[in-house]
Amino acid sequence: MSLNQNTARSASSAIADTAADSGRRLPQQRGILKRKAATQESPAVNLVLTIILSFGAIIMAAPLVWMVSTSLKTKEGVYSLPPEWIPDPFVWDTYARVFDDTYVLSGIKNSLIVALSVTIVGTLFSSLAAFALAKLRLPGKNAIFLMLLSGMMVPFPTLMIPQFVMFSKIGWVDTLLPLIIPVILGNVIMIFFLRQYLHNVPDSLVEAAKIDGASYLKIFWTMMFPLMRPAIAAQFILWFMAVWNDYLAPIIYLNSPEKQTLQVVIANMNVQYATQRDYPLIMAASVISVIPILIVFLIFQRQIIESIALTGSKT
Amino acid sequence: MATTAPPAESTTVWTKEDAKASRKANNKLHRREHAWAAAFMAPPVIGWIAFLLFPLGFSVYASLTNWNGIGNMTFIGLDNYTRLLQDQYFWKALWNTVFYMIGIPIGLALSLALALALSRKIRGRTFFRTVYYIPVISSLAAVAILWQWAYNGDFGLVNQALGLIGIEGPNWLMDKDWAKPALIIMAVWKGLGYSTLLYLAAVQAVPRSLYEAAALDGASSWKRFTKITWPMVQPVTFFLVVTNIIAGSMIFTEINIMTPTGGPEWSTASLVWYVWNQAFRNLQMGYATAMALVLGILVLIVTVIQFRINRANDFSID
Repeated sequence: MSLNQNTARSASSAIADTAADSGRRLPQQRGILKRKAATQESPAVNLVLTIILSFGAIIMAAPLVWMVSTSLKTKEGVYSLPPEWIPDPFVWDTYARVFDDTYVLSGIKNSLIVALSVTIVGTLFSSLAAFALAKLRLPGKNAIFLMLLSGMMVPFPTLMIPQFVMFSKIGWVDTLLPLIIPVILGNVIMIFFLRQYLHNVPDSLVEAAKIDGASYLKIFWTMMFPLMRPAIAAQFILWFMAVWNDYLAPIIYLNSPEKQTLQVVIANMNVQYATQRDYPLIMAASVISVIPILIVFLIFQRQIIESIALTGSKT
Repeated sequence: MATTAPPAESTTVWTKEDAKASRKANNKLHRREHAWAAAFMAPPVIGWIAFLLFPLGFSVYASLTNWNGIGNMTFIGLDNYTRLLQDQYFWKALWNTVFYMIGIPIGLALSLALALALSRKIRGRTFFRTVYYIPVISSLAAVAILWQWAYNGDFGLVNQALGLIGIEGPNWLMDKDWAKPALIIMAVWKGLGYSTLLYLAAVQAVPRSLYEAAALDGASSWKRFTKITWPMVQPVTFFLVVTNIIAGSMIFTEINIMTPTGGPEWSTASLVWYVWNQAFRNLQMGYATAMALVLGILVLIVTVIQFRINRANDFSID
């Protein structure tokens, strides 16, 4: 992997520019850009592209709109032909049924417990390790880093059987612990990015703090952590979404319905209620599982998009 | 760099004893730093040993045994591996898993086209970018449930949309020939926004001057694409191909939710789904472990080959 800091930075700034729609450029520069755009982009082509993009946007959004629409229909309304996009009548009661009759609420609780504990504590461990790997002296620390990186090469399915056996030996099956403990100790991807990030911070800062007699924990907490915060925020959100959406590990460990995470709950509802033809209920549960992440995304859209763009260009 | 040498204009006389004492103090400081560094690195290292190295070692042994996960492990040598070579279900699952990868070039071509369109001054491109990205953040379980319903032969959204343009769609997930394409279409739909975003960043990072110079030389827009854009976004293409192949080789969630029995005539079962099925439904832990190891090795080989190819094609513009 060749890591090119410059491409990474220019790529992320390019993304930032789109986000702000080049509002921060100098007026002069903007003039030049405008002239260039005028010579290079024909309005007719852009119009055709806009139409194609709009058509594509409909295809992208339609299934999700349909999911919301179905969740508000009556059980029979689901089968009406031609399909109705606007339910008639609106059945809001389905959402009340989701919370009263199913395990969605406990699913949300369990998913939150796993996702929050893993990401909060895991971020702390990861950033501490990244700090040590980037800024502290320890013989063989590069070997340790490479060793940790090698973990990325081993897919989870290869490890899931022995891990399951380990956790069943200590009686952790059907608890949330096997979903938390193996990942809470640090995320290699996060360590990788934070370590890269800290390489841009001058060593002299740490040295000066050391001479002033600051403890290592203090250097980390008052200096390094605030410095890393933007990088941490981006990685944190991505990690949270990954844990929230995980399905394979929870399905292996969790048997009792009240202990399952949200994704397993809705997948099981899909089996159970499909036989009863209760599609509105299934779709309502699916909507509920998507909404929190959607809100997080819309709030942190810019950070998420920047960090994703960074991921690609770092490679 | 903590230096022990005294400044030249220092008035104090630096004796051998002082140097010794200073080195001692320095050693002590270093040891303290080593200890803290080790402590900070300890959690991920412990995790690596306990949840990666140990399980992996255990896997290698377990794959050589006949074992149901609870009872005794009977050592049977390489029997699991020879059984695997003759297991038609294994080969079918491997074939299905490879077949799903057809979606990767399709998705990449579409997303590069989208990125090129979005890099132009088009109105509402922030809106488009958001809409195309929403499937990426939606949970795969919910998306799989939704599409399973959308693929319903009689009432599904997909066939109704096809009906509008006069096509009578198949009963997707119930049809052994259409189940895999159905899963591919869904995967492309879900992943499109992510690759578009990466390509968009790469396309926007290409220096304008390259295009201007090419335009001056009279290069057609197709030439400009093949000679400038495509090589310049090559690192992103490489990244996407590698990550998509790794993720694709682990495809499980949508298979298990949309086709819980492995599809009509076993047409959708993936490798990970088969491993999971053997391990946790049929309790063939030894055999499943052998398969999981083979999967891991295959992924490793493919990844190494890709890095080799990439290095051979590598170039840089400075």
